Amino acid sequence: MAQKTVEFTVGRSPEMGMDGLPTTSPVDPFDLPEPQLASEHMLVNIGPQHPATHGVLRLVCELDGETVVDVTPHIGFLHSSFEKLGEYRTWNQIVPLTDRMDYLAPLIYNCAFVMSVEKLAGIEVTERCKVVRVILMELDRIFGHLLWLGTTGIDVGAFTPFLYTFHERERIYKMHETLTGARITTSATRVGGMMSDLPEGWIGELTHFLDTFPKTLEEVHRLLTGNGILIGRTQGIGAISAEEAVNYGFTGPNLRASGVAYDVRKDNPYYDYETYDFEVPIGEHGDCYDRYLVRMEEMEQSIRILRQAIERLPDGPINVEDPNISLPSKTDAMSDMESMIHHFKLITEGLKVAPGDCYFPVEASKGELGMYVVSDGGAKPVRWRVRPPSFVNISVLPKLTRGHLVSDLIMINASLDIVLGEIDR
Amino acid sequence: MTDQTRSGLEGVEEGPVPSDVPGPRAAGAPADPHGHPTVAALFDRFGEAVLHHEVSAGDEHVVHVEPTRNLEILGWLRDDPEHRYDLLADVTAVDFGGGRPLQVVYQLWSIPHRRGLRVKCLLALDALEIDSVVGLWQAANWLEREVYDLFGVTFKGHPDLRRILMPHDYAEGHPLRKDFPLRGRFSRAEQTRRALNQDVDRFYITHELEIGREPQQVTLPSSRPATGSEAES
Repeated sequence: MAQKTVEFTVGRSPEMGMDGLPTTSPVDPFDLPEPQLASEHMLVNIGPQHPATHGVLRLVCELDGETVVDVTPHIGFLHSSFEKLGEYRTWNQIVPLTDRMDYLAPLIYNCAFVMSVEKLAGIEVTERCKVVRVILMELDRIFGHLLWLGTTGIDVGAFTPFLYTFHERERIYKMHETLTGARITTSATRVGGMMSDLPEGWIGELTHFLDTFPKTLEEVHRLLTGNGILIGRTQGIGAISAEEAVNYGFTGPNLRASGVAYDVRKDNPYYDYETYDFEVPIGEHGDCYDRYLVRMEEMEQSIRILRQAIERLPDGPINVEDPNISLPSKTDAMSDMESMIHHFKLITEGLKVAPGDCYFPVEASKGELGMYVVSDGGAKPVRWRVRPPSFVNISVLPKLTRGHLVSDLIMINASLDIVLGEIDR
Repeated sequence: MTDQTRSGLEGVEEGPVPSDVPGPRAAGAPADPHGHPTVAALFDRFGEAVLHHEVSAGDEHVVHVEPTRNLEILGWLRDDPEHRYDLLADVTAVDFGGGRPLQVVYQLWSIPHRRGLRVKCLLALDALEIDSVVGLWQAANWLEREVYDLFGVTFKGHPDLRRILMPHDYAEGHPLRKDFPLRGRFSRAEQTRRALNQDVDRFYITHELEIGREPQQVTLPSSRPATGSEAES
């Protein structure tokens, strides 16, 4: 941006007439030389504590007027070194660390971690456990997308959808609570099964949710999808082409909005996802609006998967019936000698996992979540690595925002759907 | 007498116990390279630069390649139409402790062919340098910075190699190395002293301080084409 000119549209103050009212006088501009305003880049620091950064993210922006020249994201404010802590813990003790990463969709992280350990250890979980985990992961996909939907609405000035989506989230929180006893830090899974089976009436609660939730989604659709403000703020903003999106490591809804139909559930299926009937929505322009549409449609598809999963939920045990993997029930451990010994061995020594390494990608609500575990045959991992989807997605922010306005920066950041707990780990 | 309540926290003052069994290389017997089309092609094309091939966790193919030729091999994997590993899912490192070499691990995924491959390079602890792959995949930018930050591997040719999760002036070393104690290398007193003596400037990197400190009175020629926002409106 070169020189800026200031236009004077108001002239001298009008003179008063005899009646005390201003006489009409022609407005003629000051006869001044045009002011010379040099273009000057300004450094603006947003965050780390700022509601629009959706967490403890700090963005240092270089601005030219209101145009973003460059932006440097600074992360690490929530760094808790979970991966290092994992090296000091047995396999099952790591599960509570996983849900503290993406606290917006904790069950996906719980499931992903134990799935990767089970694959490395060669444990085949029961059919019921598989379907239950699919239910939990799809439920939390809706859970994560609802938070994104509400907060994105707020970022463009729409407050009402926030109230609607958080009302629905509260119902999922309650389901988390009846299932695990916790609302956010669920820690619901164990290697070889679940902490506990689904409680009585939980499926009924879920069915009720699935029956009533689409109505809310429809209402939010009516409020936002055709809304002129949302369209004006999102269409053509932060666009990225399909090739670049892949090269920059985009995954999940962000990648699909650019038109690449890569979904781990379809391309590298786990837990019989290939037998579920669902579509992978893809966008066309790769801008903020397409990311919005893709996520809205993904919630509909998750509802479809959930309905099919409830349909096929088999009876039977939820945990692997191998005393070297699953803990015996409390009653058995207290009354049966053999069970008590197994309980004691498992608690004191921990589960042993075969040597080797395993990278297990799952489709989390934010993108491809890869759990990479390396074992040397012991009870603790040599290395536990999380491939964090938000971490890679947010690294594209500088590219997406260059040349846009500061207000677009907020919208682009919202449309990426990041969670800082997982970026910083 | 062992304090049982601390059983989960042994090693807080020193690094985690290095594993004595399989090292960075011996994790599996060489597998049949024809189990994976790309691995067979890699052996054909790069010969002795492909050091080892193994199958881990049932169906995951791992190839160890010569660290000095990683750029060439990964570039071929990305561009060859038969293979097209266009998505770099992850770059990370594994330290086995005990002075053994560090593994740098690339997780590749081919969207068109729906195949995955893991490529590993072994780096001796006294020569932690490898070529950066940012030129091939932009996704590697932050992932390599993270490996640099937490393991101390220098990626040659990286455009912006600085710490990412830890503060950029963090002086205690690289936290995910096995010889790094959980509580850090410095004493509590030293950590506190450093925390209290922080300067505001340390929250900005050099490039940003330059912008903030000296107002740039640049008068640009008016013939310069309009930038982003103007072009759109």
